[in-house]
Amino acid sequence: MFKILKYTLSDLMRSKWVYIYTTFYLVLTTALFWLSNDLAKVIISLMNVVLVLSPLIAALFATLYHHQSREFTELLLAQPVRRTAIFLGQYFGVAMSMSVSLAAGLGVPFLFYGLLVSAQVWNFATLLLAGIALSLIFSALAFYVALRTENKIKGFSLTILIWLFFAVIYDGLFLLLLVLFNDYPLDNFALGASVLNPLNLSRMLILMKLDISALMSYSGAVFQRFLGTAAGIGVAAFCLAAWIAIPIFGIRKTALTKDF
Amino acid sequence: MKYLFIIWIFISTACQSKGESRVLEVGSDSPFTTIRQAVHAALPGDEVLVCPGIYKEGQIIIDKKISITGQDFPILDGQNKSEVLTIVCDSVSVTGLLIRNVGTSHIEDRAGIRVRKSGHFSICGNILSNTFFGIYLEHARDGLVENNEIQGEALQENTSGNAIHLWYCNNIRVDGNRVGGHRDGIYLEFVNNSLISGNVSRNNLRYGLHFMFSNEDNYFNNRFSGNGAGVAVMFSKKINMWDNVFEQNQGRASYGLLLKEIYDASIYRNTFTENTIGIHVEGCARVNYKHNDFLNNGWALKMAGGCLDNAFTANNFVSNTFDLSTGSFTETNGFDGNYWNDYTGYDLDKDNIGDVPYHPVKLFSYVVTQTPESIVLLHSVFVELINFSEKVSPLFTPANVADHHPLMHYINWEEIQQ
Repeated sequence: MFKILKYTLSDLMRSKWVYIYTTFYLVLTTALFWLSNDLAKVIISLMNVVLVLSPLIAALFATLYHHQSREFTELLLAQPVRRTAIFLGQYFGVAMSMSVSLAAGLGVPFLFYGLLVSAQVWNFATLLLAGIALSLIFSALAFYVALRTENKIKGFSLTILIWLFFAVIYDGLFLLLLVLFNDYPLDNFALGASVLNPLNLSRMLILMKLDISALMSYSGAVFQRFLGTAAGIGVAAFCLAAWIAIPIFGIRKTALTKDF
Repeated sequence: MKYLFIIWIFISTACQSKGESRVLEVGSDSPFTTIRQAVHAALPGDEVLVCPGIYKEGQIIIDKKISITGQDFPILDGQNKSEVLTIVCDSVSVTGLLIRNVGTSHIEDRAGIRVRKSGHFSICGNILSNTFFGIYLEHARDGLVENNEIQGEALQENTSGNAIHLWYCNNIRVDGNRVGGHRDGIYLEFVNNSLISGNVSRNNLRYGLHFMFSNEDNYFNNRFSGNGAGVAVMFSKKINMWDNVFEQNQGRASYGLLLKEIYDASIYRNTFTENTIGIHVEGCARVNYKHNDFLNNGWALKMAGGCLDNAFTANNFVSNTFDLSTGSFTETNGFDGNYWNDYTGYDLDKDNIGDVPYHPVKLFSYVVTQTPESIVLLHSVFVELINFSEKVSPLFTPANVADHHPLMHYINWEEIQQ
């Protein structure tokens, strides 16, 4: 598996799109620093971009890579290599290159601007970890979908739909339900629903860290109390881990049974 | 001749006792060893000078026009059993004492220094620590409470008192005190024509400043920070709140400033920073808000029902999560000429006034008012989307809530003043 991972990584390292992606984050972060010296503000602005873009790019990249390397994959399948090793190696290769791009793109300007001495170091770490988790989750989902669908267009659309669902539609439905069931106590429902969506969960984790005054209101305090405790952080980490693990199991299962 | 001499002696002794004040020294090596003895022996106009030491005398009642001065902060210890100084006479001054350990009582409101039915007093430069109530003025008038430092050890609201407590007072000046660790920092009820200025009230369990039924008072240059529920002012008329700072009052029911049933007030040049709610307005009429700064608050303004003729002019609204949320907004409340950092309009004629009106109520702030739990969706893409579409074509948010002359630049009112 590690050999495949290494091949995938070195293959992607030669792709200019990985560099473009990294450069994009580099330029964005540097520009935001340039415009505002307030680290907390920069983190909020970055948060919106990272939470929307990193899953989308990761998903697109994983799908494209899967289709692009199909011939190489078929060649590998003809060799005495375990199937799970091939596909998981490829997945981790893509996911790692995405994570490294993100970490480099965000991290370098932050280091440059003296992050390590500022109080925001943990907030930034949360943002980075959330971004990496989302990259891992969405590249796994995309890989799984790509493996399951022979039709490229269909697979592609489905991947985009999944992203759109978690990024926008989920929140819309969530808000609709909250407004409809206004008369009932919704604290626990809201908590549960935001823990289930990895994007919402990441956003809440970052916002809680950033100490937004509006989140100190009554219902904000409910979430603060939940995510502020060790148990809350544990649940959040477990949910994110589950979101990574479930599609990986899917990839493994499909890889073992799929007829090429 | 002999008679004349006797008369002269008589007059001169009378003058001495009346005109020149004596100094009665209290201390272990002094003529008086307890403050109570000195007060007992003093005549009106005398000064009781308390030397350094620890005095555990229980309650001392001052019923003469004398001044009590501490040298290097002598300690008056209530031993957690009793009130310390009780002033029941006009023209008493208390300076430079350290009063401690009054002790909590559920039956009586014990205080470090109490003034009862007296006037023309001055309480200056004292340190009070762990006093149940710090300075308690009841039915007092024409007095001065200045530069005292009052620090409590309050843990629970129902077993703690207020640092400076005024009840049925008139014409009092509360100036330059530093208070904290009590239930309320400064508490006023039925207090008129008074000036509260330059005080710092922080980390109190409930309110930094709390006043009710107190009319025609001025609150200038105070700082209220980190109090459990900020500052609450209710049922008062004709008050002026100028140049105060309200900061970091955060929590589930926390406000920078809570205004309830306030009439004819002026709120000028105050700064509201990092509060859950900057100002919560309820049932207020004819209140003018001018040149205030609202920075980094959750809600800069929350207006509940029953507000009439309130005017918001030339305020700065910067980096608040929500600028305004309102239950029912009437036409008579108005925003005009404020700076809103969320304003995205343009200014073609370059007169520093935006050409399109600014609507401070966003759709999401409306939604959060209806469904508080939806705050979890703050900053999500969907919320940004609906806010944007609502901005383009308002459907839910009140169209009459608008600033028709939004400013393009931050108002530096310190510069304007000069």
